[in-house]
Amino acid sequence: MQFKGRMNGSKSPADLALLDDIEKVAVDRDRDAFGRLYGFYAPRIAAYLRRVGARNDAAEDLAQEVLLSVWRRAHQFDPQKAALSTWVYTIARNKRIDALRRERHPEFDLDDPTMEEAEAPRGDTYTETEMVKDEIRTAIASLPHEQAQLLRIFYFEDKTHSVIADELGLPLGTVKSRLRLAVAKLRSLLEGVG
Amino acid sequence: MTSEHINVDDLLLAHAAGRLPEPVGLVVATHLALAPQRLATYREYEAFGGAMLEELSPVELSAGAFDRLMARLDDDAEPITTRDAGRGRAAHDPDVPAPLRPYVRGRLADLPWKHYGSVSEAKLPLDESVYRTRLILLKAGKAVPKHTHDGQEITVVLKGAFNDGIGHYGRGEIAIADAHVDHQPVAEAGEDCLCLTVTDAPLRLTGTFSRFLNPFLRF
Repeated sequence: MQFKGRMNGSKSPADLALLDDIEKVAVDRDRDAFGRLYGFYAPRIAAYLRRVGARNDAAEDLAQEVLLSVWRRAHQFDPQKAALSTWVYTIARNKRIDALRRERHPEFDLDDPTMEEAEAPRGDTYTETEMVKDEIRTAIASLPHEQAQLLRIFYFEDKTHSVIADELGLPLGTVKSRLRLAVAKLRSLLEGVG
Repeated sequence: MTSEHINVDDLLLAHAAGRLPEPVGLVVATHLALAPQRLATYREYEAFGGAMLEELSPVELSAGAFDRLMARLDDDAEPITTRDAGRGRAAHDPDVPAPLRPYVRGRLADLPWKHYGSVSEAKLPLDESVYRTRLILLKAGKAVPKHTHDGQEITVVLKGAFNDGIGHYGRGEIAIADAHVDHQPVAEAGEDCLCLTVTDAPLRLTGTFSRFLNPFLRF
């Protein structure tokens, strides 16, 4: 089977198409729709896994596992709760910790719909949607370069604060305060969105 | 709050980024389960990860990778309604929030509690090479011996409340004691205080009394 995936960037229309696709996977077990999700996410998840320290073949194998989870758990995706990319990110993050650190990533709801009391109400000031996710991308792009760079390192590189400080040639305290500045800036930019 | 001291927001961010070791992650997940007003912030931090994931340059996957995955789908059973369905049905203590259940498995009373006067502690089954993960039960109105830390002690309250002279912490709240914090947690009167506590270095007694009564001595 030749797979034709989307490799371009994702603007909102593409996000909407992928949202359609995840629903088709959940409801109809639609393999063409799954192929499009694979085309967009698998190469990016593999990129993420390489950055956090997986060797190339391990990154590819783990990316397959992440996509298999997307297939199996598509019905659990709730577009009211999270952007699709965020949901996929959390699956990739947890698989990575399982596989590379041989630890669990403790989750607050264990993805278990039988646990009603764990179904927490959403915050009253912030509802994450695809649109909000686009706002986040815009907000990250508007950060000073060194703040955006640090945020990416923090999320995507398996390095301690000290190693990050060494590599950037900064005092440890500066790394911590710069990261907080970045987050505070993003949150202020996003205030009222959603 | 200086940059030298971590705060709860730092922990939420690090958990969303997948950076926390499992014991500390367990404290944060427990906090989120009990303090859902923090979920909005946490989801926002996860969304940072989702937004940045989209922007990573895609890497080329090997030819045939997709076909191999599709072949696995052929063998795949119907979607799993929930991977942890058994967990939800298992008997569990109402004082044990969801994130802790895989570690407590059943009733609190069945844990290997050790009793030291008004303080009881039970070790949880996590890797102990760096962190020690314990449930601590402090009798209402009673104090843990005064101590300080070489490393950090991160605590989330599961039931009751305590005051350590620095702050008051109720159900779901996280207390972070950095190195050099000299404190003495006291449970509020009226209700026993149950906490999940993670420490990453030995504690040092700073009171003049009762080395023998101190449950932390073995740390």
